[in-house]
Amino acid sequence: MRGIALADHARLLRSTAFRLAVTYLAFFSATALLLLGAVYWTSTTFIDKQIRETINTEITGLADRYRQQGVGGLLQVISERSALDRDRKSLYLLTDSLYRPITGNLVGWPEATADAQGWLSFTVQTQTPAGVGLFDATGRVFRLPGDYNLLVGRSLRDADQVKSALRQAIGFGMALTVLLGLIGGVLTSRMLLDRVEAITRTMRGIMGGDIGRRVPNRGSGDEFDQLAQGINAALDQIERLLESMRTVTDNVAHDLRTPLQRLRSRIDVALLGEADADDYRRALEETMADADRLLATFNALLTIAQAEAGDRANRLAPLELLPLARDLVELYEPLAEEKGVRLRLAPASHAGKVMGDRHLLSQALANLVDNAVKYTPEGGAVTVTVDDGHCLAVADTGPGIPAEARERVLEPFVRLDATRSTSGNGLGLSLVQAVARLHGARLELAGNDPGLVVRLWFPKEQAGGSARSSS
Amino acid sequence: MRILLIEDDAEAAAYVAKGLRETGHVVDHSANGKEGLFLAAAESYDAMIIDRMLPGIDGLTIIQTIRGAGNHTPVLVLSALGKVDDRVKGLRAGGDDYLVKPFAFAELLARLDALARRGTRSSQAETRLQVADLEMDLLARKVWRAEVDIDLQPREFSLLEYLMRHAGQVVTRTMLLENVWDYHFDPQTNLIDVHISRLRQKIDKGHDEPLIHTVRGAGYRLGGSR
Repeated sequence: MRGIALADHARLLRSTAFRLAVTYLAFFSATALLLLGAVYWTSTTFIDKQIRETINTEITGLADRYRQQGVGGLLQVISERSALDRDRKSLYLLTDSLYRPITGNLVGWPEATADAQGWLSFTVQTQTPAGVGLFDATGRVFRLPGDYNLLVGRSLRDADQVKSALRQAIGFGMALTVLLGLIGGVLTSRMLLDRVEAITRTMRGIMGGDIGRRVPNRGSGDEFDQLAQGINAALDQIERLLESMRTVTDNVAHDLRTPLQRLRSRIDVALLGEADADDYRRALEETMADADRLLATFNALLTIAQAEAGDRANRLAPLELLPLARDLVELYEPLAEEKGVRLRLAPASHAGKVMGDRHLLSQALANLVDNAVKYTPEGGAVTVTVDDGHCLAVADTGPGIPAEARERVLEPFVRLDATRSTSGNGLGLSLVQAVARLHGARLELAGNDPGLVVRLWFPKEQAGGSARSSS
Repeated sequence: MRILLIEDDAEAAAYVAKGLRETGHVVDHSANGKEGLFLAAAESYDAMIIDRMLPGIDGLTIIQTIRGAGNHTPVLVLSALGKVDDRVKGLRAGGDDYLVKPFAFAELLARLDALARRGTRSSQAETRLQVADLEMDLLARKVWRAEVDIDLQPREFSLLEYLMRHAGQVVTRTMLLENVWDYHFDPQTNLIDVHISRLRQKIDKGHDEPLIHTVRGAGYRLGGSR
């Protein structure tokens, strides 16, 4: 238990979030210290200045009294004031020219020497309730005419008390700041760590083979949720790719094995009996036709795989559906005519652009048109429509696909061989669906009464815009 | 023609070389990139067939190197990589045409022929094409045969233009689909045949001598009967 707790602490201390918290704390503390220091300095300067002003005022007053009433008046005032001030907050001393005390509440002239303006600092003994204390004092020397020296001072006892209270308050404030900062930092980093930890756990699980796992999403829409959504989307894509790879492998096995077997049997039979050159030639020609069909199936599978392994961003470019449809209708029109089917492009209201891969889209549309022409009986019609710029539809008047089977034909493997796949490799719709998925388009099969309509709904986002972000 | 074949697969190389020799060409074969590059640089050829993936130096590097040295011999790139992107890469490297494996020999031969003749044709832009009594004015976009105007749809015009530019050569269905329609997939239907038969109706109907000939197992050829 202890070991785990220790490891937990070590991990916390190493974490980026914690380091960030500590750095931020250092900055914040320094700022707070600077601020409080400024307050302290301003306050003490103000107190000192007040004391000096009081002393100056008193000296001026005493000097006036001396000028008007001589030494007698001065003595009287000093002794009165000394007697009044029991706490010896105000300090007076009048001496003769040899600094022998004449009157005042100071015992003797202080040892300290005065500066140029006559200011000096000294200490006084004062009786306090707690006993005799030694206190700092500051004072100013004034030389009266008639060779008297006057010292007026103030005990710094109160001022020092205020300053020390200030220092205590600042110290306490700083300690509180650091403490709260530390607690906040630890809590924040632990919170962040938990979220990151959740992602790491999911990733570990996936690396361990559990591809179905997803990063938990708290639903608060914060950065971590966005990250989780991004990771989950990427994981979905990976899972889908894996799935499609599996499907392709299965398809390859299914779609290639059967014709390969047929090809092999044909060669087997040709080699079995006695035959002349013409027989061999015919067998070879049939074998070649088989090989070509195999190749076509193989190519279709590859194209599907390629469309399904789509890196959308690189492959898709803004593209107009209408010219693409027009070219394809034009390509198939003679074939349809030969079959007695009317193939036409419906006039479009307005053409827009979609993000698309021209080659794959053309191929998908070719598959749809080819199918439609193939299954539409003589005298029928196949109509290609580009609607709204983002819906591509191919409608035929053939036998259609029963509503309950429409979902099924889109699934891999499932083929309504009896109705839809009289010739060809039967991969037509799988390819269309793969291409649709690459384009983020929805593939829809609907009835045409009679017949079938296949629609491709492309995402409505503007071509060239951020196609990914809104999905 | 003197043709350089750079292909590492012995069987495929033997197949192509045999076919080319039987159709009257002289073939030099190299099985690796280094020797191939040496031959391509040292000797003079009418056309080169270069496989894309080779031991030593790969096909595209060979093409880039000889192009960089000012050698403009037509190059047909052979590759098992058939995506549109791969094709674009091959052509961007300096290849003149791109053929995806596996291919029919007739296809290879037709494309090689087209390439070699393109190399010898004057670079000056033509404004008029003529094959027998069939004439085409590329500027006015008009076609007439034996002084009689023929009305063509735009795509029919492009199709005929391609055939006329390759008059006397075999042109395959894939070549037409790629060059006239710019589609690089196999539609699995006789689409091109239907288009050709339409064109044939307009060009050859009412004339004693047909100009559009079907070449069995390969494609089509435009020109007087041989």
